[in-house]
Amino acid sequence: LVLDKVRLQDEEEFVDILEDKRHCNDLRFAFRTFSPPPYKGAPACSSAELNQAVLESQYLRYVIKEVALETESSVEEVRDKVCKIMWEMSQNLQLRFIRLMAFTFRKVFKRLFSAIYVNMEGLQALQQATQEFPVILMPNHRSYIDFLVVSYILFNYDIPVPVIAAGIPLAGMKIVGEILRRSGAFFIRRAIGSDKLYWAVLSEYVRTIVRTGFAPLEFFVEGLRSRTLKSLPPKLGMMNMILEPFFKGEVYDITLLPISISYDRVLEESLLAHELLGVPKPRESTAGLLKASKVLQENYGCMHVNFGRPLSVRQLCEGKINRCQYNLIPRDLPQKPNAEAQACGSWLAHMIVRLQEEGALTSPWSLMACILLQVPTTVLTEEGLLFHQLTEQTLWLRQLALDFRAHLSWPDSDVMSSTVALHRSVVYRKAGRVYLTRNDELERKHSIVPEDDMMRTAAAFLMLASYRNQCLHVFVRPALLALAMSIRKSTRKDELLTCFCFLQEVFSNEFVFIPGKSSQDFDEACSLLHECKAVHVSQWEVTDSDTGLEVLSFLQELLKPFIESYQLMFRFLCEERDCVFREKDFLSGVRTLATKLIVSGELHTYEALSSDMQKNVLSSLRSLENVKMCENASFCLINFYKTDTNVRYSNYFNKELRIFFNQHYQFSVIL
Amino acid sequence: MKWNGWGYSDSRFLFNKKGQAEFTGKRYRLSGMIIPGLKDWMEGTFGANLQHKTQPVLNTSAVQPPMLNEAFVEELKSTGIPFSHEADDRVFRAHGHCLHEIFALRDGKIGRVPDMVVWPNCHNDVVKIVELACKHNVCLIPYGGGTSVSSALECPPEETRSIVSLDTSQMNRILWIDEKNLTAHVESGIVGQDLERLLNESGYCTGHEPDSMEFSSLGGWVATRASGMKKNIYGNIEDLVVHIKMVTPRGVIEKSCQGPRMSTGPDIHHFILGSEGLLTAIIKILYLRDHEKYSESLIDMQKLYHGLSSIFTSFLDGLKKFYITKFKGFDPNRLCVATLLFEGAREKVLQHEKQVYDIAAKFGGLAAGEDNGQRGYMLTFVIAYLRDLGMDYYVIGESFETSVPWDRVLDICRNVKARIIRECKDKGVQFPPLSTCRVTQTYDAGACVYFYFAFNYRGLSDPVHVYEQVEHAAREEILANGGSLSHHHGGTTS
Repeated sequence: LVLDKVRLQDEEEFVDILEDKRHCNDLRFAFRTFSPPPYKGAPACSSAELNQAVLESQYLRYVIKEVALETESSVEEVRDKVCKIMWEMSQNLQLRFIRLMAFTFRKVFKRLFSAIYVNMEGLQALQQATQEFPVILMPNHRSYIDFLVVSYILFNYDIPVPVIAAGIPLAGMKIVGEILRRSGAFFIRRAIGSDKLYWAVLSEYVRTIVRTGFAPLEFFVEGLRSRTLKSLPPKLGMMNMILEPFFKGEVYDITLLPISISYDRVLEESLLAHELLGVPKPRESTAGLLKASKVLQENYGCMHVNFGRPLSVRQLCEGKINRCQYNLIPRDLPQKPNAEAQACGSWLAHMIVRLQEEGALTSPWSLMACILLQVPTTVLTEEGLLFHQLTEQTLWLRQLALDFRAHLSWPDSDVMSSTVALHRSVVYRKAGRVYLTRNDELERKHSIVPEDDMMRTAAAFLMLASYRNQCLHVFVRPALLALAMSIRKSTRKDELLTCFCFLQEVFSNEFVFIPGKSSQDFDEACSLLHECKAVHVSQWEVTDSDTGLEVLSFLQELLKPFIESYQLMFRFLCEERDCVFREKDFLSGVRTLATKLIVSGELHTYEALSSDMQKNVLSSLRSLENVKMCENASFCLINFYKTDTNVRYSNYFNKELRIFFNQHYQFSVIL
Repeated sequence: MKWNGWGYSDSRFLFNKKGQAEFTGKRYRLSGMIIPGLKDWMEGTFGANLQHKTQPVLNTSAVQPPMLNEAFVEELKSTGIPFSHEADDRVFRAHGHCLHEIFALRDGKIGRVPDMVVWPNCHNDVVKIVELACKHNVCLIPYGGGTSVSSALECPPEETRSIVSLDTSQMNRILWIDEKNLTAHVESGIVGQDLERLLNESGYCTGHEPDSMEFSSLGGWVATRASGMKKNIYGNIEDLVVHIKMVTPRGVIEKSCQGPRMSTGPDIHHFILGSEGLLTAIIKILYLRDHEKYSESLIDMQKLYHGLSSIFTSFLDGLKKFYITKFKGFDPNRLCVATLLFEGAREKVLQHEKQVYDIAAKFGGLAAGEDNGQRGYMLTFVIAYLRDLGMDYYVIGESFETSVPWDRVLDICRNVKARIIRECKDKGVQFPPLSTCRVTQTYDAGACVYFYFAFNYRGLSDPVHVYEQVEHAAREEILANGGSLSHHHGGTTS
């Protein structure tokens, strides 16, 4: 498996880039000589030359003519449109602004973080790689900080600073938008849909950057900032654009570089939790940014930036792509990637996400969050959890995480106390016990009603859940197997595998798995559980061992919030009389039901309130073909098939769904 | 002629007692000259050390005794066609010039060789031989100049029948010249340089000049769909041939007239051209041109490629070298040289020249003069000798070519060169290989690109195998980048 080869060999040495520079002058730092080694593939070119090349490309000329014909407008008019799009989109990378950015960031970073750890080996490999082939930097996206931190680090170590794909809202910010643009950001509209001209300009722009090796290209393969701190299923459009110059032989190779950014504490933690609870996200604006400056008063612990090993697209695609197919059509003409190329792009994108997960450093706090979420709510809100109990269990979980090959950031033995202190926005410690923090300012503005109290708790729990999500990838495969074992009550490997695949499918929007690799995932789960002596694995069977109960039940509990939330939403759909919903109504309906059940004590997880989870259920049901979505004017209709008579009854997954709910949970669902 | 290397026995590169590179013999403009840059280039490019020299082993006694078909031999005797089963005659005709063939010979390894050589003198002799071969179940391998690079002369080792090499070297006459239609009737065994010399005596030429024209034969050109350096003026072999007469086991094939074009179904010539010696001896009629020459050449420099150009600069005379490198600021390792030959009527040549120089000036190039151009042109004939010199010093290499649409030329050059370097590294070649290329022929819709690939094989147990793997990978890269398997060398074993 390619994946095994590119995994981190050993624990790598991390260096704190703030440490040695903390005492040196910020200004002198910003004006340091910056001399990255040049790219060997092609001569350097300016941003203006890049834009010129895009505008004059044969490809755009062709598309402009086509669009002019379709819209019955003149070529000049369409060309003007293209120029406007380019004006809105293009970056204007300038070293002066990189220096300005470096200066500001240094000031900010020194205040926010106690350390920014970077792996030097990864940086060295990257510096080498930037000279050879076009490099694509692919960080995960958890915070606005991600956005320029990579540029900051690269500037620090004489590596060419990247151009960065960013969302268009950032461009709308006064001054800041322009600074970002000059620091290398280029801006992409959110809902492009079927705007042919926009797609054409964007894809030609991206391809030209890759072809000319203008600068490393940085983009977030997850598409957006993860509100839940969990990996998101990758978006493929950008990936396909980037791969095309290689498929067409315009470059010899492309280097993909996964980057894992892990935070001890995320700046936007409370903002994210409220967003998930339905409080709309404030629009990105410069004023908002200034207002948020109180966020800068606090300490956010450490940040780890782990640069993965450079991956050669050429090597990865060997045998997967027949490049001869591109020989028969002029390369300048638009050509949709065929099934083979798309599958390859999807596989690569998923693999990058997996590598990002593997490169991430698991913090003690993330493990604590796993433990805290398994404690009954009232203990946290009223009696308090004994601190030493928490530390003991966390240490137990630490060992399990290590068994599951997690990379931990575990500086010293005192880390538990300092971690709890760092996260006083979520929990606080009093008289040897740990309690949930529930005095959020945002909520105080509203009048106090019983539900509000619940919402305050919910916000804290969703924050906890997000931190748990940071390490979920470590446990998810064994946990799904543990779950399959408890659902199926079987020891037969083939039955467990079917159930495992089914669960992967149901939770395909929650956890990222490489498509078509379910049986490898299953084998991995088996061997991990076997290694920590939780199960015995033979050729045909997986049986639980006497010593493994603790591990298995922990893993089952870990996924319980997901199961319960999904179950709640299925129940809502079944109990509704109507077969047709608007998505908006579904979301508010589920929220009302969940609130009711939580207050009455019937539902134990607050995660059912998360809009992210709710949307994932719909997508999951849609891909399982239980729900149909029609785009109709401004709203979506959702059908939930309820009766046996439906032709889809024979559908394998429906049967599995029935088994899933009938056996494991004590109420029945008619599908 | 050498039996285990390229060309004439008296012409070869060697390092003389002073350690300077020298080209021996008297045949070429380069002969007897000292080539000052070559030693440094060999050492610098390949890490070749003049101390490390492989010794070609000469051992013709290792040849297996011939396996003769007595009945065939008896009947052949009665026809009076000369034949031989001497070991050296047979070994000489058992190979072309693929790397693995030459490498094995230098190593003293001689595999399956023809059991017998026959020398037909005319078309009818060929007809008789083919008839007898069919009758007695004997294999025939036609042999012209022996310059094949597609393993077409290799005897299959598993072949149990008697193998007879049909050497066309005695069929080397121009039978007639038709001055009204500008065609000539030529026998297939004639070697390129003889054909051109004889035609020149009558004031004509064919203009077909492949790099191998000193040794390769007309029959071979047809069998491989050859292309020459002057093809932009005169055309490729398929444009030159008007009529072909081919002897096959099932009879003689030829068209019934000499009209320049026919539209009665697929052109039978296209089954014959490029058939790779599967078919037998061919006699043909060629289209001729008036022989009026006026040549001058141009050197166009763009700071794009390097490689062989450094050898080129070593040929430049002192002042010129100074002018180019110091005054004009060209880096001898990064300059790009184009050798162009202008040929034809004076006005036309002058007109072409002006057009080309204008283009060159637009891109910062300059003309380097006729002398340098002629040396450059001559170099293409001598390059094949360089491989033998390399093999003396643990360097093996070969060239291969492709044809590719214009927009892909630069991409294919970069990708294939990079692939070669990468593959060599992966396969354990300890020294950086030579991986370079040049455009040799141009068409409206594309160009032919020649790749040169060589490496120092010290430390490798099976260098030929490594070579073949790398070449295979390079060809795969060519195909993936929209190039053809071959432009004119012919189909290969890979």
